[in-house]
Amino acid sequence: MSDANAPRVRRRALRDATTESPAVRRLLIGLTIAILALLLVMPLVAVFSQALRLGLDQALATFQDPDAMDAVLLTLLVAAIAVPCNLVFGVAAAWAVAKYRFPGRAFLVTLIDLPFSVSPVVAGMVYIILLGPFTPIGGWLLEDFNIRIIFAVPGIVLATIFVTFPFIARELIPLMQEQGTGDEEAALSLGASGLRTFWHTTLPNVKWALLYGVLLCNARAMGEFGAVAVISGKLRGETVTMPLQIELYYQEFRASALVAAFTMAAVLAGLALITLIIKTWLEWRYADQLAATRGGH
Amino acid sequence: MDISIVDVRKEFGRYPALNDVSLTIRSGELIALLGPSGSGKTTLLRLIAGLEMPTAGTVLFGDEDASRKTVQERNVGFVFQHYALFRHMTVAENIGFGLRVRPRARRPARAEIRSRAVQLLDLVQLSGLEDRFPAQLSGGQRQRVALARALAIDPRVLLLDEPFGALDAQVRRELRRWLRELHDKTGHTTVFVTHDQEEAIELADRVVVMSQGRIEQIGSADEIYDSPASPFVFSFIGESSALPVVVRGGRVAFEDTDLAISAADIADGPARLCVRPHDVDLGEPGPGRVPGRVSLVRRSGAGRRVEVVAGKDAHRVEIEIPPDLSPSVGSTVGLGVRRWRLFPERAPAA
Repeated sequence: MSDANAPRVRRRALRDATTESPAVRRLLIGLTIAILALLLVMPLVAVFSQALRLGLDQALATFQDPDAMDAVLLTLLVAAIAVPCNLVFGVAAAWAVAKYRFPGRAFLVTLIDLPFSVSPVVAGMVYIILLGPFTPIGGWLLEDFNIRIIFAVPGIVLATIFVTFPFIARELIPLMQEQGTGDEEAALSLGASGLRTFWHTTLPNVKWALLYGVLLCNARAMGEFGAVAVISGKLRGETVTMPLQIELYYQEFRASALVAAFTMAAVLAGLALITLIIKTWLEWRYADQLAATRGGH
Repeated sequence: MDISIVDVRKEFGRYPALNDVSLTIRSGELIALLGPSGSGKTTLLRLIAGLEMPTAGTVLFGDEDASRKTVQERNVGFVFQHYALFRHMTVAENIGFGLRVRPRARRPARAEIRSRAVQLLDLVQLSGLEDRFPAQLSGGQRQRVALARALAIDPRVLLLDEPFGALDAQVRRELRRWLRELHDKTGHTTVFVTHDQEEAIELADRVVVMSQGRIEQIGSADEIYDSPASPFVFSFIGESSALPVVVRGGRVAFEDTDLAISAADIADGPARLCVRPHDVDLGEPGPGRVPGRVSLVRRSGAGRRVEVVAGKDAHRVEIEIPPDLSPSVGSTVGLGVRRWRLFPERAPAA
């Protein structure tokens, strides 16, 4: 070996197998921060600064507009229906997939993911084709029960449920699969009924994952645009949710409306931030319990 | 209360896990279900518990047909290999669970449940740990808590699925002795599953040896060790080697060598000669001895292990000799068989 080669060989030998050189490390970290700043932080800052461009009073004045308040209330209503529905569906689907073996199980898992892969606009269109006033089902509901689905609140709820369906199930399935059925069998052998077993063993074992799923599901339910835009008909004060109201304001080309658009956008963005903060706080606060529930034995 | 398993069959899909198994467990007995993985021992245990339902056959608790009852109605204490403790409950809450979930009419008062838990913790020698969480306990302690939890419901039978399987050797031996003492103290009819023959022999009143969904032999430790019913039991219980031999007119021949063994009660035809390592002696080749060549010599504990390759087809025979003997590898030797078992090929059990 020549002397020139010796130091390089030694340095390479001293580094841990999974550690990169300082230059590579700095490059990777720097790149990540740059991308995050450009794509995530800057837009967020822009939303808040645009909302406050004409001052806080002007921004708060947005909520005196009855249309704006209706949009906020409708969004809350939709989320308040869609999230509990998906809570039940998600737990049921995760339970079925994780705890039983049946033909078509793999297909069901793929199906649960469908809303992730399908464009929300397509989802909205499908419901119009299925349940519109001139279809057999939609017509029957409208004529016999005077229930309007499309261009009305039920349609918006339906579309939101569709789009947010995977969030809770996806959080639960891997965890429940990993935990297996041992705890349930133990509870059953000790004489617990099926319902008690679910309540006292299954649910406590997945409660944190469930909470994550609910938070994510809620954030998405409030922010959904595509599917709701297609199915709502955008009737001001009736079927306009916050994301739709933002678009309507934005298209008015008035300075005050622009502020209103960004104010509502800031509220949605703020909601997303709060969701993330709660999630992070929960992770930090209950790290030991999380490790215990995920760790298995 | 006796437990009878009568012609039980269990299929998973089209794969039979148990083939017409019958077994009677006497009241107060400590029974081991012993076998390699896939032998159906855990399936049998889960069938007794009611965690699985038989495809055919019945399970009787006394005179009562338990196979028509759910796991909750059977009132069995089941201990899982991986403990299956409820991790969000304290030790005392875990132990009291079975009492807490009883219907109101049969549910003891809160204080009574607590005192019962404390009492059981005392029995499993873990006093003072009632407010710990399972994550704060060692593996051996967790398994004791699991046992206390199973005992809390005053079960009609105690079922343990590889109870010491996840523990290290030292704790295992300790818990084994302790479980035996506990059984003698409480007198519960107990069935445990294991793949460890030492554990089964040391702990159980009777051992049920299983293979491929069938019971190969039921007997005391002496019976299955000294008079194994099949080549499988012989090879599974303790170490052994087997040689293919031919029986003719009460004489036994290995290839061309007539062995000094009488086989008066064995029918003529091919048979399997099974021997234990310490029942074979090593010497010069000679009449009546199995000819072979030493292929490996190694020290093992108090003795010396020698591997001899015998005959044209190089059958390996493991033998154990005193450490002061040390044959050289490659030397030609003759093996004298002191104790053996002969099994006709294609025996009914095979």
